[in-house]
Amino acid sequence: MRDVAIIGAGETKYGEHWDKSLRDLAVEAGLKALEDAGIYAEDIQAIFGGNMSAGSFVGQDHVGALMADFAGLAETMIPAMRIESACASGAAALHAGYMAVASGLYDIVLVGGVEKMTDLPGDMVTDILAGAADREWEVFFGATFPALGAMMARRYMYEFGMTREQMALFPVIAHKHGALNPDAHFQREITVDTVLNSAMVADPLTIMNCSPVSDGAAAVVLAPAEIARKYTDSPIKISASTFANEYISLHSRESLVRSVSTIEAGKKAYKMAKKEPKDIDLVEIHDAFSIIAIIGLEDLGFAKKGEAHKLAEEGQLYYDGDLPYNPSGGLKAKGHPVGATGVGQVVEIVKQLRNEAGKRQVEDAKVGLAHNVGGTMTSSIIHILEVM
Amino acid sequence: MVGIVTYGSYIPIYRIKSAEIARMWGDKPEHPEKGLNILEKSVPAYDEDAATIAVEALRNALRRKNIPGEKIGAIFVGSESHPYAVKPTASLIAEVIGAYRAHAADLEFACKAGTAAMQNVYAMVKAGMIEYGVAIGTDTSQGQPGDALDFSASAGGTAFIIGKDEVIAEINDTVSYVTDTPDFWRREGQRYPSHGGRFTGEPAYFKHIISAAKILMEKVGTKPEDYDYAVFHQPNGKFPYRVGKRLGFTKEQIKQGLLTPYIGNTYSGATPTGLSAILDVAKPGDRILAVSFGSGAGSDAFDITVTDEIENFNRDAAPKVWDMINRKKYIDYATYLKFRRMIVEVD
Amino acid sequence: MVVPRFWRERRHRYSLIGTRCPVCGTVYFPPRNVCPKCGRKSLGKMEEFQLSGKGKIYSYTIVHQNVLGYKYQKPYIMAIIETPEGPKITAQIVDIEPEEVHIGMPVRAVFRRITEDGKAGIIQYGYKFVPDWEELEK
Repeated sequence: MRDVAIIGAGETKYGEHWDKSLRDLAVEAGLKALEDAGIYAEDIQAIFGGNMSAGSFVGQDHVGALMADFAGLAETMIPAMRIESACASGAAALHAGYMAVASGLYDIVLVGGVEKMTDLPGDMVTDILAGAADREWEVFFGATFPALGAMMARRYMYEFGMTREQMALFPVIAHKHGALNPDAHFQREITVDTVLNSAMVADPLTIMNCSPVSDGAAAVVLAPAEIARKYTDSPIKISASTFANEYISLHSRESLVRSVSTIEAGKKAYKMAKKEPKDIDLVEIHDAFSIIAIIGLEDLGFAKKGEAHKLAEEGQLYYDGDLPYNPSGGLKAKGHPVGATGVGQVVEIVKQLRNEAGKRQVEDAKVGLAHNVGGTMTSSIIHILEVM
Repeated sequence: MVGIVTYGSYIPIYRIKSAEIARMWGDKPEHPEKGLNILEKSVPAYDEDAATIAVEALRNALRRKNIPGEKIGAIFVGSESHPYAVKPTASLIAEVIGAYRAHAADLEFACKAGTAAMQNVYAMVKAGMIEYGVAIGTDTSQGQPGDALDFSASAGGTAFIIGKDEVIAEINDTVSYVTDTPDFWRREGQRYPSHGGRFTGEPAYFKHIISAAKILMEKVGTKPEDYDYAVFHQPNGKFPYRVGKRLGFTKEQIKQGLLTPYIGNTYSGATPTGLSAILDVAKPGDRILAVSFGSGAGSDAFDITVTDEIENFNRDAAPKVWDMINRKKYIDYATYLKFRRMIVEVD
Repeated sequence: MVVPRFWRERRHRYSLIGTRCPVCGTVYFPPRNVCPKCGRKSLGKMEEFQLSGKGKIYSYTIVHQNVLGYKYQKPYIMAIIETPEGPKITAQIVDIEPEEVHIGMPVRAVFRRITEDGKAGIIQYGYKFVPDWEELEK
């Protein structure tokens, strides 16, 4: 296996892109990544595209071929495939791209992620996203995806006594960071009261405990680490790319307050990167719901079980704190175009490690960790990146 | 001996008070309370229908005595509110209890489809065609908002398993009386039923119940005083006492099985559920007269004697009718409209 | 109109029929063809197993933004119920106000309409749970 590096990264702004289609977004992000890498489309040998549900959101499947085509690559006939792992589709595509380069089969690989979500009314979007859970035994009976997140939160609060006020600190931090990110869906700060008093989605989760419905795309270009410097002065090494799954339904699990897939993928990632939690300078944690970020932080070893909210209370999670958390704004404020999210987290870490993150720049960032989950933490995918 | 082997009822938990309905339409609350002797009525929840009520009633019967599905030879479900216009309720019941070899059919005869189901099963058991059969009367009836039926049309149901072994209440005899009397009807495609107002009384309800009851008592040689209990169809809380009085029955005989003042008219479920409430308290040797009435119009009458077997029967394994009547949650008229799907639903 | 996808699950949904692994004795609901603990040893041997319908609320939520088909039930209570037989089940809790629900509440299964395929399509029936009044009053 070869070491793999990111030589280019780019993304669209996340948000409501009324005038842009699925292909517009994907091509925009892809071209930005190519430009950043200083290469041309014809240099690409394969494309792996993360996308959860274009077939449902816009009636378009065969997304890989469409992306390659509209990126102008139809005549190069390169392989292009869509990778799906619900909200972790982006990181799953990166995992696939990583394997493709590490194995030696391809050298220059484009990994993208895209989702166009805002063409449909809210209840249809809710229904499609619920497809990340068990359609026949959870969703059929009325469970929405936020309802499942809410049941994790309720159980967590029952077991550890965390309050809604403490949980509300996570979106407050996310929005503080989002306000510093010109590409974020939401660029305004909120307060604990905003979170507590906004519309209830699934008790105890208000709409401010939930990530928004966003359009967006993100892309990175991968190359073998040994030739990465041919393309860029600041290649970023992928030190770990790990993926773990568990029972798709919450009801099949022993516990609702820990994610065995995050624990497993995290352990493997730390081992693969020869790192420990204390070595990580910043994290992009999946915060589709506040509770997922809380469980994620704990299960990745950044806090004891039941105590992640203390990190927030102590101010450690701000971009200038001890554990810079979601400096991009996270899924909550930067936005959550589901198929793009996992790639977008990595784009943020690349920017941070290259010291290009502007107002939200984490000081002296050398190692970053991205945590992207699919379903109710069913699939967990971890990437650890570091400067080379 | 052919008779009831087990029985169970189901009444939804929700109630609306007659005064609340009266408030809606500018009627004085005394009108339904005194005029109809209906204080409140049961309302099915948004997710309940005649089929769910039938299943719950049958499961309550099976809790008291489990009869394996493979021994059930017939399933008749009587209702005027079957969930589908075309697709049987009885096949759903068969699937739920695993009665794959049952003769299954839906019946409709306004408020007497439940007792029609009992007669059909009784006949098949008596003929030796089947070992056990299920008879269910169930309804989530609807009156037109603002109509007199708005005060009474309610929801509930009862299931009987009829057989020859370990009978807790023997059906000594059963007769019917029928004429073509259109006192209440609903044409295909119409959402709410229509009725003949006061015409539903004398030529319809009273004539058919009195005729069926007299035919039966004459046939079996009984007099009103021979019965410990009597249950008559109960479209409101007054008619049963009135028809009982004319036949020579006392209020005491009727009271235990008269449920309408508290749950309204459960249509096909009405006479069966009244009978169920009587079986909840009956003792060996008690004799029961049950007479239904279905508009259109006809009555089925039953002469029933409770057996010693009821002492061995686990009545407490399922909720009793009066316990279900007393377990209730009140809703307002707006919630009632939501539950009854009277808000225009666009998808 | 979707029919077979729902039809094939009818027995499981009407009567809470799951499976039991004869090798290790673990009960599963929904049914599984392979026991996650015993793997291939259980293949082809899983037995049908009917749950009692009793249980306790393990976690719950009040849903305000619904999936398709649930618009007119809002707000409704979703819960994960732990059963004495082992499996946990995701289902609605009905016949109770949202503020009355709590973790640990005894509940029992009832037969209700779950959803319907528009006004012309098939009505889907299955389990929901209600407070187990007898347990609660003990």
